[in-house]
Amino acid sequence: MALLEVKDLSVYYGVINALKGVSFEVNEGEIVTLIGANGAGKTTAMQSVIGLIPSRSGSVIYDGKDITKMPCHKIVRLGMSQVPEGRRVFQELTVYENLMMGAYSVKASDASFKADIESIYERFPRLAERRNQIAGTLSGGEQQMLAMGRALMSHPKLLMLDEPSMGLSPLLVDQVFDIIKSINKDGTTILLVEQNAGKSLAISDRAYVLETGSIVLTGTGAELAASDEVKKAYLGG
Amino acid sequence: MEQIITTLINGLSAGGTYAMIALGYTMVYGIAKMLNFAHGDVIMVGAYTIFIFFTMLGNPLIGLLIAVVLCMLLGITIERLAYRPLRGASPLAVLITAIGVSYLLQALAQIVFGADIKRPVFFDFGKISVFGLSIAVSTLITLIASAIIMVVLSLFVKYTRTGRAMIAVSEDRGAAELMGISVNKIIVITFAIGSALAAVAGFFMIWKAPSVSPTLGALPGIKAFAAAVIGGIGSLPGAMLGGILMGIVGAFSNSFEFTAPYTDAIVFAVLILILLVRPSGLLGKKRREKV
Repeated sequence: MALLEVKDLSVYYGVINALKGVSFEVNEGEIVTLIGANGAGKTTAMQSVIGLIPSRSGSVIYDGKDITKMPCHKIVRLGMSQVPEGRRVFQELTVYENLMMGAYSVKASDASFKADIESIYERFPRLAERRNQIAGTLSGGEQQMLAMGRALMSHPKLLMLDEPSMGLSPLLVDQVFDIIKSINKDGTTILLVEQNAGKSLAISDRAYVLETGSIVLTGTGAELAASDEVKKAYLGG
Repeated sequence: MEQIITTLINGLSAGGTYAMIALGYTMVYGIAKMLNFAHGDVIMVGAYTIFIFFTMLGNPLIGLLIAVVLCMLLGITIERLAYRPLRGASPLAVLITAIGVSYLLQALAQIVFGADIKRPVFFDFGKISVFGLSIAVSTLITLIASAIIMVVLSLFVKYTRTGRAMIAVSEDRGAAELMGISVNKIIVITFAIGSALAAVAGFFMIWKAPSVSPTLGALPGIKAFAAAVIGGIGSLPGAMLGGILMGIVGAFSNSFEFTAPYTDAIVFAVLILILLVRPSGLLGKKRREKV
């Protein structure tokens, strides 16, 4: 069953048509990737699905509910979570306080909150070392870990990650993709947006190729990685 | 020496009042990203409310409680009717609307209460002697009350769930929404807190100088706004520091015969000097962006 079903979604910025009737779906347990060049509409699609950007037409069905016109903070409470492009951790808050903000939408007891924090520290040992550090002073990689940990604090059914590998060293990029795989293995459905097509197709069950606001190609991760068009446009030959 | 300490205490007391108003400006600026130029007029509405209930009941404290509630409702209503429809509009449109709301409130007050100055005289506790200094009790109470309010507010913002949500919204609205925080709700709470502080400030203002008129909030509003800018607009400790600084500079200026007539000018000259040296205010932060 599709956990997320996006149908004919159109988004405009003023007169600019950034998303031209895009349809895709994410099934429970999958890793699905949207790949595409800069400006193809990947981030717009992610932000529109979670209610940060209003859509003009089309529909978004999540977990059987129509969330098309729902404000972002209510969608988040339904168990959708997003690691936004550029991390956007709260710079003035500590690592621990950032993780607390991640749990804002869940009414957890103190004990289960502590257990959640511990499980995040286990997944990201670096965050445990820096728990009382102001987030603005973390390195880019650490901020990415924090943004991922923060998004996991609400126990999302669907986790969306927008360019999680951007600006990271090759070593860290591998680490980020490993973490995404392990989060998925633990039962979280993943929708990923990436410019790093090679690495993301390798871990994806299925993928969609976005080009100037439209989906032009779809298939399993392996199929797309093998397709000539994708190779030429996104995998450097 | 005694004269200096007395002046300092008077300054701190007046500064506490400025700080309470400045906090309203700075919180709304930090969280709703707008300058609420009607903030001073909320003080005025609070002052009239206190005046009316004081004349009816003879007790200004009941009036203060009602004024706090009424001003919170007023702040929420202004936000809902005037500012929220402009969310996402250009900052200039919001600014001019805020100025419009300010004049609307002043005009309404003039229609309802008349333009004449009302002079409610609350309980006068006279002066007491502290360490050999003679200080008005009202000054002392203002000083202590504003200090308590500032401490409570700081703790609230730092240690409560709602307070942290306020920090999150002020830093990054979109990221805050992604945490499940209703930005609109946090903005409403911010207006409510700021307006409640304005009502309390109004109480202390008319206790010290019993004079209630439709333009009562205009000058203190501008001065407190300046205080918020001196401290670094958007910063809570900055607003407190700016307000207190403004009170102290004003008190010292008032204590000399040759500067007293120019107090307001001197206070604003200090503002200009500070901004020349630190354009983002004393505690204002230059944002660091990390890619």
